[in-house]
Amino acid sequence: MGALYLRELRLATRAGGGALTGVLFFLAVVATIPFALGPDLNMLARIGPAILWIGALLASLLGLDRLFQADREDGSLDVLVLSADRHMLALTVFVKCLAHWTASVLPLVIAAPVLGLILNMEPLGIGATALTLLVGTPAIAFIGAAGAAVAVGLPRGGVLVSVLVLPLAIPVLIFGVSASYAAVNEPDPFMPPFLILAALTLFLAVIGPVAAALALRYSAD
Amino acid sequence: MRLIAEDLSGERGGQPVFSGVGLSLGEGEALIVTGPNGSGKSTLLRVMVGLLPAAGGSVRLEGGGEAFPTVASAAHYLGHLNAMKPALTVTENLAFWRDFRGDAAVSVGNALETVGLGAIGHLPFGYLSTGQRRRATIARLLVSRRPLWLLDEPTAGLDAQSERQFSALMAAHLAGGGMIVAATHLPLGVEGARELRMGEVGADLPSTSRGGSTREAGRGGGGPESSASSPPPPGSHPRGSPPSPQGGG
Repeated sequence: MGALYLRELRLATRAGGGALTGVLFFLAVVATIPFALGPDLNMLARIGPAILWIGALLASLLGLDRLFQADREDGSLDVLVLSADRHMLALTVFVKCLAHWTASVLPLVIAAPVLGLILNMEPLGIGATALTLLVGTPAIAFIGAAGAAVAVGLPRGGVLVSVLVLPLAIPVLIFGVSASYAAVNEPDPFMPPFLILAALTLFLAVIGPVAAALALRYSAD
Repeated sequence: MRLIAEDLSGERGGQPVFSGVGLSLGEGEALIVTGPNGSGKSTLLRVMVGLLPAAGGSVRLEGGGEAFPTVASAAHYLGHLNAMKPALTVTENLAFWRDFRGDAAVSVGNALETVGLGAIGHLPFGYLSTGQRRRATIARLLVSRRPLWLLDEPTAGLDAQSERQFSALMAAHLAGGGMIVAATHLPLGVEGARELRMGEVGADLPSTSRGGSTREAGRGGGGPESSASSPPPPGSHPRGSPPSPQGGG
């Protein structure tokens, strides 16, 4: 499994891997919004966490459709599926998700505090948003794996993956943003939404790979 | 250890491709699956390894013990696609499969030497020629140990010398108690291999399905439909029936 994780990381960072696509998209979205909204610093600070979360959500959907499609096109997927007796297929999917998250989404979580400055957020809010992104974005990768596995046989599956995954990612977005707000708005408690966010991630870490493994098992042709 | 298939049939997209294939393969035996395009050679291999559900019948591995409970766990499946990443070097690709598939046999360097690619292990797989890619893929069979090799057109793209080299590799695998099922158009040069001929009527399948007439399977051969290039050992008897093309619609 360590070998698989390393291979996925190598593939993502080599030429054509596309690890940077997500973070560049994220930068582009978040950096253009202040220009569109105009010089209202208070409003920027108020909607900052939401903008960061929406940007992160959309950016982390970008590379998802390639999660299994690339393996299918070169035949690796067959061998991965056939190794199910040694490595449970759901676990293989889980490791692939983790590697995808490390390579494509983690840079974006790291970039979020810098972009928080552009959005005139206060330090506590920036910290809280980065923390919720760190805890919440893996959930998107896990749901995304299920979507990617369903759409693996379709030549232009990217849009379908986004459409399949977005509704399921909405709870993650809601609790991520509300926890980020609660950190700066005094009466609201931070912990309850944050813990629900963590629970969502843990829950989807089980459901997502299992569903994806089922879809992959029956997608072979 | 025995690979046994009983009354196996396969279909693609609802169309029956072959039916009634039975075979029994013991240690040290090889089976060459031949037949025209579309006769179901690849489908047979994919059904046997479990990538496609069988439309009927069953495949099982007997005597595999705890190490090899299923056909898939005991098999190296080499398909049309090489299952290698173009962006990674040949060595990285093989090292990954060696670690992931487990049961490591020879080292990556030795495997590459064996297939004559010792000098180019550091190159990205994408830079290799078609034949070199196939040879690197054959090296994948060597880096982790599996008793059963399921090979789909293994020599596609290989030159004459590499083919001979591959024949020697297969002979060594058989001598070590391995089993091979290979689908191919070309003679593989394996001594004592039995032959399973798929779909004698496969060539005129389109016209029959258009005409809507069902042709009786087993045309052109009585008794055991498969011809054996060497007398098969008793009790292990491949019998392949040509596909029974069903009526149109």
